[in-house]
Parts: sequence; C-alpha cells; structure tokens
Amino acid sequence: MASAVSHLHKAAGPAHGHPSRVTQDSPWVRRSLTGVALLFLMGFVLLPLAAVFVEALRKGLDVFLQAFADPYALAAIKLTLTTAAIAVPANVVFGIAAAWCITKFQFRGKSVLITLIDLPFAVSPVISGLIFVLLFGLQGWLGQYLNAEAPWFPWLQQWLIEQDFKIIFATPGIVLATIFVTFPFVARELIPLMQAQGVDEEYAAVTLGANGWQTFWRVTLPNIKWGLFYGVVLCNARAMGEFGAVSVVSGHVRGETNTMPLHIEILYNEYHFAAAFAVASLLALLAIVTLVLKSIIEWRHGRANA
Amino acid sequence: MSITASKIKKTFGAYTALEGVDLNVPAGKLVALLGPSGSGKTTLLRIIAGLEFADEGSGRIAFHGEDVTQVPAGQRGVGFVFQHYALFRHMTVAQNIAFGLNVRKRADRPSKDEIADRVQKLLKLVQLDNLGGRFPTQLSGGQRQRVALARALAVEPKVLLLDEPFGALDAKVRKELRRWLRHFHDEINLTTVFVTHDQEEALEIADEVVVMNNARVEQVGTPQDVYDHPASPFVYNFLGNVNRLQLPWRGLAPEGSGGPFIDARIAYVRPHELEIVPYRIGVEGEVATVLSIHAAGSVARVSTRRGANELIDIELSRARLDELALQPDDSVILRVRRSRLFTEDYAI
Amino acid sequence: MSSRSARSILPGFGLSLGFTVAYLSIIVLLPLSAAFIKTSGMSWDAFVEAVASPRVLAAYRVSFGISFLAAAVNAFFGLIVAWVLVRYPFPGKRVVDALVDLPFALPTAVAGIALTAIYARNGWAGFLEPLWAGGVGRLEQWMPWGSWAEWLGVKIAFDRPGIFIALTFIGLPFVVRTLQPVLEELEPELEEASATLGATRWQTIRKVILPELTPALITGFAMAFARALGEYGSVVFIAGNMPMHSEITPLLIITKLEQYDYRGATAIAVVMLVSSFVLLLLINLLQKWSRRHHKI
Repeated sequence: MASAVSHLHKAAGPAHGHPSRVTQDSPWVRRSLTGVALLFLMGFVLLPLAAVFVEALRKGLDVFLQAFADPYALAAIKLTLTTAAIAVPANVVFGIAAAWCITKFQFRGKSVLITLIDLPFAVSPVISGLIFVLLFGLQGWLGQYLNAEAPWFPWLQQWLIEQDFKIIFATPGIVLATIFVTFPFVARELIPLMQAQGVDEEYAAVTLGANGWQTFWRVTLPNIKWGLFYGVVLCNARAMGEFGAVSVVSGHVRGETNTMPLHIEILYNEYHFAAAFAVASLLALLAIVTLVLKSIIEWRHGRANA
Repeated sequence: MSITASKIKKTFGAYTALEGVDLNVPAGKLVALLGPSGSGKTTLLRIIAGLEFADEGSGRIAFHGEDVTQVPAGQRGVGFVFQHYALFRHMTVAQNIAFGLNVRKRADRPSKDEIADRVQKLLKLVQLDNLGGRFPTQLSGGQRQRVALARALAVEPKVLLLDEPFGALDAKVRKELRRWLRHFHDEINLTTVFVTHDQEEALEIADEVVVMNNARVEQVGTPQDVYDHPASPFVYNFLGNVNRLQLPWRGLAPEGSGGPFIDARIAYVRPHELEIVPYRIGVEGEVATVLSIHAAGSVARVSTRRGANELIDIELSRARLDELALQPDDSVILRVRRSRLFTEDYAI
Repeated sequence: MSSRSARSILPGFGLSLGFTVAYLSIIVLLPLSAAFIKTSGMSWDAFVEAVASPRVLAAYRVSFGISFLAAAVNAFFGLIVAWVLVRYPFPGKRVVDALVDLPFALPTAVAGIALTAIYARNGWAGFLEPLWAGGVGRLEQWMPWGSWAEWLGVKIAFDRPGIFIALTFIGLPFVVRTLQPVLEELEPELEEASATLGATRWQTIRKVILPELTPALITGFAMAFARALGEYGSVVFIAGNMPMHSEITPLLIITKLEQYDYRGATAIAVVMLVSSFVLLLLINLLQKWSRRHHKI
C-alpha cells in the first residue's frame, strides 16, 4: 500500500495548492532550478544538435544532397558500415560470453576481470589507435616481422608480403581500433542486467532437462533481449562515430581508408562546411535514433516492472 | 499531552485514504492504530505528524487543545519513528541522535557539552550505551529501531509517533522489543501512537486500540473491550478467529436480548465460545461431523462440518478433548455459549 | 580461476571464460602492453625528455586544468539536472532525459564541428566570446596553475574557452547518470525524519541529502574528468591547437606520430594511461567503499 499511495501522491502532488508534503521544494525553487537545468542542457546539447542540421541545410537541399553524390562520401559510408558490421557482432559475442561467465558462475579474479573489461573506457581514443600502430605498424612487432632477416616462419612472411597484407593504414587496423574502443559496451549493458536476474531460471531449466544451448536460447536470451538490443545499438553508434582512434590508424586515403567521421574532418578542413555538416547530419540522425530506441526500451521496461 | 484529530479527510487523486476520521488520544496513553493495509492508519499518523496535510478545508489537529493544523512538521514537537528507521547512514549513532539538536538556531541550541550529555543519557535509556560511535550499518535491526527512537526523543517531543515500529524485525526480536516498548512507555509516560497491522501486537501492549478499516475508524476501546465486544463484523473478523454461523441455530440466544432477532442472518462466534457435547437425542444444539483434530499446542482445535459445507472451528482445553475422546467422522452436538448477531455479512 | 565453479550445474563456464579471457587479451591487454614495452626500451633520460619537455608540460596543464574545470562545472550543473529530472515533473521531461545521453551517442567529430559552428569566433554565439574569454580568463587566475600562461610568456587568447566547452559537452552525461539512480533510491523518509527533527529544508539538503549523494557526485566527477582527459575529436575543431597554449595532450600524441616520433608519442601515452588507470582505480575504490558503507 505504501508504494501505491506514494505513487498516487506523486501524480496528485503538484496540482495541490496546499503545502502538501515536507519533501517538496517551494514553487520558486522548483521553477528556477528547472530553468537552470534546461538552459544548461539547451546550450550544451540541444543547440549543437540543431546546429548540425541547420548548417547542413544552410545552402539548400541541393548542396545537401550533392554531398552524398561524391564518390568519396559513398566510399566513406561503405567503409563505416563495413567496420560496424564486423566490430559490433564481434563485441556482441564477447559481451554475451563475458556476461555469462561473470554472472552465472563464481570464480576468483572475477572483479579483476570486470575491471579489465572497463579498461578501454579509460583509454583515450588517440592512445587506442596508437597501440595498434605500435603492434602492427612498420616499426611495430608485426611490421618488423615483415622485414625481419630471420623470420620465425619464412612461409608466413612470404605469404604476407605476397598478399601485400597491411593492417595499419588499412581496413583491418580501422576495424581493430573500433573493436577496442567499443569493446565494453555490450558487456557493460548485460552484466548488471543478468546479475539482477540471478541464476534461478537457468537452474530451473537445467533441472527440467534443457541443455546449455536450450537454456541460453529459451530462458536467458528472452530475459536479456532488450538490454542486449540496447547494447548493440549503443555499440553500433560508437563504432560508426569513432574518430580519434580511427584517425590514428587510418592513412586518410580518400576513397580507401576514410570513414565517415574522417571524411567530415577532411571536408571541414577544406572549408566545404555544408558538405561536412551534411555527412555529419547522417551520424547525428543515427545518434537521435539511438536515443529514441533507448527511451522506448526504458519505457517498455519501466512499464513491465510497474 | 493529548492529541485530537477531527474530521480528517485525505484523498490521493481518486483514492480516498481517510474519510472524515475523528481520533482522540488521551495524554500519557499508549494507543495503537490497528488495521489492514490500505485502511488509512499510516496516513492518519503522518497527518498528525505534519508529514502530510489533510485535504483543504477539512479537519483539524490539536495537541492539548492547541490547534497545530497549519504548523510544519519540524515545529509541531512530534517524535516520529519510521518503519525502516530512516537513520542517516553517513552519521554515527551519536550524530544521528544529536541531529535534531544540532540543526536548531544558535540561540536555542544547547552547548556542545549539553548535547553530548543528552546523547549519552538517551543512549543509556535505549540500552545502547557503548554504541554511540558506530554507524547504522553496523547495528542489528532491533538496535537501529532503538537508535531511531532515541533520535526522535532527543528533541523532547510532546508526542511520540511510531509507524509499524516492529514491522521490519524478525518474530523473536519483535516480541522482545514490544515488551520493552511497553515498559519504556510506562517509564517516560509520553503520549504515544503507533501504527500496526498485527492485532496481537496491538492487543498486547496498547492502552487503547483504534481499529481502522476502509478509511474509517471502526471501533475504539481497550484491548479487552474490542476483543470481547467487537462493534462490527469487520472487527470480529480482524481480531482473532471467528466462526460465521448461518442462522437459524437451535438454542441460540442472542446476547443481551430476550426475543428472537428477526433480521439477523449471521451469528459471529469465537472458536472458544463454542462447546462440544457428545451426540445424544434430545440435547439442544446443532449436529456437526468432526473433520479433524489438532491437539498440538496448549489449546486443542477441532474442525467440524455442519450441513453440507459449513465449516466450524472449536477451541477447547486438552483435558476436555481427552474426556470427549473424539474421532474423525464422529457426530457431535455444538452449543453456543456466547455470540453476536449481525444482519450484514462480512468476509475478509 | 578456481575450480569451485565446476560444481555449478550450468554448462559453458570453461568455454565462456576461456573465450572472454582470450578475446580480452588479444584486443585489449596485448595492444596496451605494447605501449609499455615500447617505453621500457627507452633510457630514463630519454623518457623524461619525452614526457617533460616544456611543450608537453604545457599540454598536460591544458588537458588536466581544463578537464578539471569542465568536470567541476559538470558536477555542479549535473547535480541540478539530475535533481530536476528526478524530483520535478515538467512537460517534455522524457525528451530532456533522453537528450542528456546525446554526448554519449553523438560522434565526437560531429560534436566538434557543431560546437565550433556555435561557439567559435564567427559562430552563432560569437557575441558571447568576450564573456567567455573574460570569464574563463579570470577563473584561471584563481586556479593553482593560474599564472602558467604568463610564466610561459604566452598571451591568453580565446581558444581555451573552446576546449572548455567541448570537454563540458562530452562529460555532461556522467554526473547526471551516476546521480540519477542514487537520487531515485534516496528514501523520502530520510528527508521526512530530518524535517520532523526540526531541520529547515536547506539544512536537510546540506546535512542529509548532499552527504548521501557525495560518493556518486565524486564518481561522476572523476568519470567526466577521465573522459575529458582523453578526448580528442570534439576538441581539435574548436581549439586553436596552438603549441604551448591550446594544445591538448592527445593532439600532441598525434603530432608526434605524424613526425614519426613513435617513442615520444608512446611515452606521453604511457603517462596518460597511468593517470587514467589511477583515476579508474580511485573510482572503483570509491564505489566499493560507498556500496559497503551505504548498504543498510
């Protein structure tokens, strides 16, 4: 009853003229704080978002559309989609595996593992790119291997040279850096969710004779599908929008190793502002879709819990 | 200091929590607000404390005749103990208790030494002498409850209000603590109102019990009074077990009346107010069949069936049960020693 | 990793843990260790030379100083935003709540050019510039590192406010999102108890609510600070990127890379990595501490 009453009261509260409850602030305080919060958000969030679309359309729809007729723009979009198409599924598989072992089992070193999964959050995107350059660049371990006088596996060296295999300043490097940067997203979304759900339902399924895959597909997955979905959406948004890390490992070769954010940078630096904002508006749209999906999921979730 | 609440009405949107309730708590008494969840008892307590306000234009709260309806909670002089204690987690026990004194205006604030002194006395009073330096997380549920009580008492309130004071405790601690509260109340003699949904708790320690149901007060009286003379079917049902007997019932003489009750259709009879006698032709009473016998406990309980599907429970002493030597499926005669008749039926 | 887990009746422990650890090692640990191994090949003098030259020190000051300032501003306004979102009903609340996450979702390059369009010298809000320059310039005088500009003989120009704006933008969600759940779970009974004990509303906020929020507030601040330290995309467009003055550390790393100074870049990266890890560690400790301290 207590919760029902307080819930009802929340709904009825503001309509009251009477000083209804000691935990409520005066209307004056309420109005000024709300005003401050909204002004702050407007200046720092809403205005930049609006700026993207206004600037993109400033020179008219023709110029806007022309930005996408540019073959370099199309190549950038294609590369961005390819990168996300590899990075997101890879991190989904990892996220599910990590969440499964962390939330369904007890083992030593668990908290260390959780911290390590968060590690990429703490690393500057620029450094995320740098470390792959160190590994695979010309000066890097693999790069040096290609030039090594006494390689461990001569056939491998031969094969790599024949294929003109490149990681850095090529698509594989971009994909790797993107995977690194978006690494924690799915796992971070799933771990708290699965922790809250516990293991009772899985135990019940196993005692009823389900095997591991059946338990996962029929019991676990339906329970986490919305969290997983949001993790995928967020991971995808970050994968498509990553700039710093990709900037380091990409060679900035137009039509080859330019992703959308890098293409925006080039256009911007060459003073093609309208075109830069046009491409940016696509990514901003993706961000908006991400936020809308998040709100819908939270809303559904909230209603399911109510 | 007495508490008077009159014509208190409270609605939350479409939901009515209190429907013009009157309450009078005599000075120095320990009063229980007893009722099922949703009966409005907690809302009434919160309105007395000034944590909620009655609907505009309705009702009046007075402490010792003085109108406090518009006085904010902090200045009413109430000590309020919350169901889940609401202790400040970042403060020690002593800091929690001193809080109400520390937030006073400088002019009214006792000196540091006086505050420390008062905290020590209160800790002693609630038997937590050595725990002043602990944090609430380091205490057991019963200890937290007593800290909450000491914190409420520190500001020397005129009345003490407790919301489900034992609700969050396990059964054993609960029993200990409620005896302790009764004893404690006798010592400090502060007008106290507590809310509970546990009839045993209310009947055991309160001077007076206010039974509430559906946003209304059903009955007010001493524990014995409300138990022995329930004013309504609801009170009968809510306090203790009761059998609802379909009339007519042979030999049933309604309490306090000579003639038959034409309108009455249901008789309320407590299990111990029924008597079992062996079946014999000519004995006045109703015939029933024994269904089961529960002899584990200080009192024995026999479940019987009268007619097609009317189930009746009887409580009797173990000695009497041995005497009767009942077996399931035996036919017996049931006689009513005391009952109340009501025209309406009430089912919980 | 213990074998106690083997007793669980659920399958897949070995497979999922094995895959998790392998993937983590290949994608995260191995590349990260490359940075440290690369640096370990440097002599101490060379390392110091790389991480403590005047230009690098200036970049640290810009990065740490402005990140700190941005995180502090976020802590203040984030507290107000979280409070308003949890406590007050107003029309369009759901949209406003969703907008708070925009800096998470909007690519940094997009944020960078958008903020530039608004706040740069000839941008939408260009008229604010003297105010920004004056305000932040004056603030710098009050900060412990306040006189570095004069010390280095560089005149304060208008581009540091730009860095500040970009770093405030990207750190904005952290404080709000760490405070929101704590505020939601804050029992109203605590405030009621404080009120019945005679505290004024302001005393209740200062002595009861704020102490309850402090761990989350510090956590949010530290997260915003850590994120701002490493930020690159949104800053490079708006900042003037002048060496010694408005060059942030991540940009300096890129500059060194472009000059093929891999060792120099890596050495600076190691310094940044270590400071981020220390921050991460502090955040974790703080959360662990507050969880233990606050469970009741």
